[in-house]
Amino acid sequence: MSEVAPMTEASPEPTQEEEEATKRGLGIAAWLAIGWLGCMVFLAVSASFLPLDDPINGSIRETPGVSYFTEGHIFGNDLLGRDTLARVVVGTSTSLSIAALSIGFGTLIGGFVGLVAGYVGGRIGTALSAMFDILLAFPPLLLALTLVSVLSPVTETDPPSRIKRMLVVALAVGLVSIPILARITRANALSWSQREFVMAAKSQGAKPFRIMLREVLPNVVPAMLSVALLGLASVIIVEGGLALFGLSINPPDPSWGNMVASQVDDLGETPHVWIVPSVFIFLSVMSLNLLGDVVRDKFAVREAAI
Amino acid sequence: MLEVKDVRTSFKTDRGLVKAVDGVSFTLERGETLGVVGESGCGKSVLSKTIMGLLPSNASRSGSIKFEGQEIGGPSIKHMRDFWGTQMSMVFQDPMTALNPVMKVGKQITESLRHHLDVSREFANETALQLLSSVGIPEPERRLKQYAFEMSGGMRQRVMIAIALACGPKMLFADEPTTALDVTVQAQILDLLEAQQAERFMAMILVTHDLGVVAGRADNIMVMYAGQSIEMAPTRTLFSQMRHPYTEALLKSIPKLNQASHTRLDAIGGRPPDLVNPPVGCRFAPRCPYAQAKCHQEAPPLMVHDTPGHEYACWFPVGTPQGAEALAKNQGSIGTAVGGQ
Repeated sequence: MSEVAPMTEASPEPTQEEEEATKRGLGIAAWLAIGWLGCMVFLAVSASFLPLDDPINGSIRETPGVSYFTEGHIFGNDLLGRDTLARVVVGTSTSLSIAALSIGFGTLIGGFVGLVAGYVGGRIGTALSAMFDILLAFPPLLLALTLVSVLSPVTETDPPSRIKRMLVVALAVGLVSIPILARITRANALSWSQREFVMAAKSQGAKPFRIMLREVLPNVVPAMLSVALLGLASVIIVEGGLALFGLSINPPDPSWGNMVASQVDDLGETPHVWIVPSVFIFLSVMSLNLLGDVVRDKFAVREAAI
Repeated sequence: MLEVKDVRTSFKTDRGLVKAVDGVSFTLERGETLGVVGESGCGKSVLSKTIMGLLPSNASRSGSIKFEGQEIGGPSIKHMRDFWGTQMSMVFQDPMTALNPVMKVGKQITESLRHHLDVSREFANETALQLLSSVGIPEPERRLKQYAFEMSGGMRQRVMIAIALACGPKMLFADEPTTALDVTVQAQILDLLEAQQAERFMAMILVTHDLGVVAGRADNIMVMYAGQSIEMAPTRTLFSQMRHPYTEALLKSIPKLNQASHTRLDAIGGRPPDLVNPPVGCRFAPRCPYAQAKCHQEAPPLMVHDTPGHEYACWFPVGTPQGAEALAKNQGSIGTAVGGQ
């Protein structure tokens, strides 16, 4: 019977994974990414409390017009004499809010629909899957563009407020992210629902809703988190894209995207005005992608399941 | 307490209708243990899942299942939720996969307690603690706060048993509870199940492919083959005067201590029949050393013959003049017959 013994002596799967994970650690790159994103979140949250210049009207005391790295304005001014640092910090809060709102919206709806589709399955599952397949068939940027221009058109007399515009952009981009999150959630919920512990919970009399939330969902969260992080990165890029069409936040208010967009006609003259937000976009997107990959590797989320 | 009559379960598949359980009947009283024995794919696991109503959506069941006089065997399983946990519960085959990997063990026990019995958190925790120590887990306080992957297989199966027992079911299904465990732990788990069953005066259905597992523990044994019950008897009777060639073959395939080393085990030749198109006549006939022409044409009925309480389905039973004659005939015609000693 000695052949049987090693089977039980070998540590069970999750333990091995865990050990590997702790051995590998997160790595320096991941910590740098977390650090950068931490700074971004801090800036976004405290943008209105920090001692910054007025990002919209510029400082009247000083000569209006472009300046480079002068004292008091480490990133310089733009053509209207507005402090680039102040604008990029306020832009951080706009861009990150849009990203967080849209992905939050997408995760909530997409996650719920995907969970139901994966757990309940059958005809309901097929119908729900078909629904998000249809949503996926729309070109995402085009759909977002259409939604924003229809939901909050810019008119001379009544320009939409910053908050309203932010919500509309977040909603439009969030809608685009729903099918992606729904698919990954469905695929994972489907495979976890087949596990014996789900049947064990059922045999103890747990109701379907409870099984979905308590047994299946916690196991699906890592996969959702990984996709949501990648999604945040995409939203930051999409916001830039919308800004090029003038469909992100309205110009006097800054976002990363429209700071870059404001300079597209004249990249050479005041390069720091677009370079600074571009660097912010670049580093944030990189960090998010990196973290998304780290989460995926840690929890062994299979690419095939997406 | 449990009365199962002519239960049939079939699965719709691309290949056709798989008749996994095909007309099984038995009764079980409180405090009794029924051992269900058979090789892989003979429908024994499906039988217990059928009674529990835990079948996948492509399955359909028919026949009558009466639990304490109440019919629960209908096609709908909605009402079964009232029975799950409090009336009947199940210990699953593989404790490695039957526990939620991301929920603490204590939570998994208290959850059903709080759900069914509507007790306070403190009381549920207290009960979980008692349950864990009653299933023989040392340091239950520490274990309550652990996750499944922090425990060994035997420990997890003990936790599974604690969960199954939590709401005081009247009936326990143990679906090959020791298959995934180390042999040294198997006996402990079986003893634990037996002790708990006696203490709580539960009815128990012990499903296994190992006659040795049920030998000392079951009151009655049902031998299943290809979805049908082919022999059923009180344990002692079954072992002393088994009548069905399949039961005999099963017992012969177990290694014995008094055999010389390197003795070849008597495996049963061939495979269980395809349950989409089961053979006409006796389903075991193609693999049976006793089989005669009659066996391939006419299915023997399951009925009580000489001893009361001992029913079997065979035209040429083991240990009877007809059987001996049939075996002799087969051995004469094809030389050394399969399985004949």
